[in-house]
Amino acid sequence: MSFELPALPYASDALEPFISKETIDYHYGKHHNAYLTNLNKLIVGTEFEHASLDEIVSKSDGGIYNNGAQVWNHSFYWKCLSPKGGGQAGGKLLEAIVRDFGSFDAFKEQFTTAAATLFGAGWVWLSKDSSGLLHITKESNAGNPLKHALTPLLTIDVWEHAYYIDKRNLRPAYIEDFWKLVNWETPEGLYV
Amino acid sequence: MGTLIKDLQFDELPYTFEALEPYIDALTMEIHYSRHHKAYFDNLQAATKGTEMAEMHLCELLKNISKYPVAVRNNGGGHYNHRLFWSVMSPNGGGLPQGSVAQAITNQFGTFESFKELFNNAAKTRFGSGWAWLCVKDDKSLCVCSTPNQDNPLMDVADCKGKPVLGLDVWEHAYYLKYQNKRPDYISAFWNVVNWEEVEKRYLKAIA
Ligand SMILES: [Fe+2]
Ligand SMILES: [Fe+2]
Repeated sequence: MSFELPALPYASDALEPFISKETIDYHYGKHHNAYLTNLNKLIVGTEFEHASLDEIVSKSDGGIYNNGAQVWNHSFYWKCLSPKGGGQAGGKLLEAIVRDFGSFDAFKEQFTTAAATLFGAGWVWLSKDSSGLLHITKESNAGNPLKHALTPLLTIDVWEHAYYIDKRNLRPAYIEDFWKLVNWETPEGLYV
Repeated sequence: MGTLIKDLQFDELPYTFEALEPYIDALTMEIHYSRHHKAYFDNLQAATKGTEMAEMHLCELLKNISKYPVAVRNNGGGHYNHRLFWSVMSPNGGGLPQGSVAQAITNQFGTFESFKELFNNAAKTRFGSGWAWLCVKDDKSLCVCSTPNQDNPLMDVADCKGKPVLGLDVWEHAYYLKYQNKRPDYISAFWNVVNWEEVEKRYLKAIA
């Protein structure tokens, strides 16, 4: 099986002025696409040749994991953003956030700190475990919570390529703008 | 053996921001030196201030880094690595190594070209952020390797150990403004600015 690049859920300039078209063109068109091309090459003739992307992320390691998880992570990251995003979580998810972090603002602060302090390249995740409890985790490089039997709900990419064109070294400015774009429908739909 | 951590200075760059153009652009140099490197330097001072670590030499600290806080590993490594990186580049760099290190490279790797290929490969395949290195091992032979994030071969936590004589920063911040996703183009450009005189100095010191 060969994986395909999922369409961006919005136009490449839709997230401006927070994330530029130039960033999206490189990030989606080059980085995401390169992980996909690498993955399709690497799985040929392996036990993962006909596996689903979830299986690859849960079970593989090395280059197949790195590229497979990066494909998964980026496809998910695009769905976590929207030009109509921002604001606050709602519904059952908000209830769970308040239950597990005390308040929405406390959650936001913890997630922001995790994203600002992850050293090097990686991803910060909001996930739920099998009992529905919420967790914020930092993952280096391609790290994905499926590997730890957690269900991802929301993610931010903190590889420098995600913000260097727009924000240079200022990762906190990128994180601040991320909140203005979060598409809460994605984690709300997954938290059931 | 140099300066105690508490007395370290944030040294000036040995050349201007635009000196390595067109291979490394002035804006990248400015942000890389004045923001990224400066942050590692300041954070190292903050993480060691008033502790026994402030009275140590950075190399000693790095050798036993597993015993110290992770902030010291990240920022001590960050300061050491960037300082080395600026020194092994020069606007008058490029070309081929001369002298003892040239001989050692040929002895170890067969040809300069095969060394270069190994080093390029180490730099290209480092997934995420990190560094590629040419180091002198304890037995004085040379090796090429890479380390993640701001680790380096002086650290007890590193997979490859030795004294680094050449290092290449492959964090995206080192090349993104000019090369974006094309890390291999940045790596090829790097060879035009390698300061082989400095590499030779470091090599002679490492084998002494
Ligand atoms: Fe990314
Ligand atoms: Fe750097």
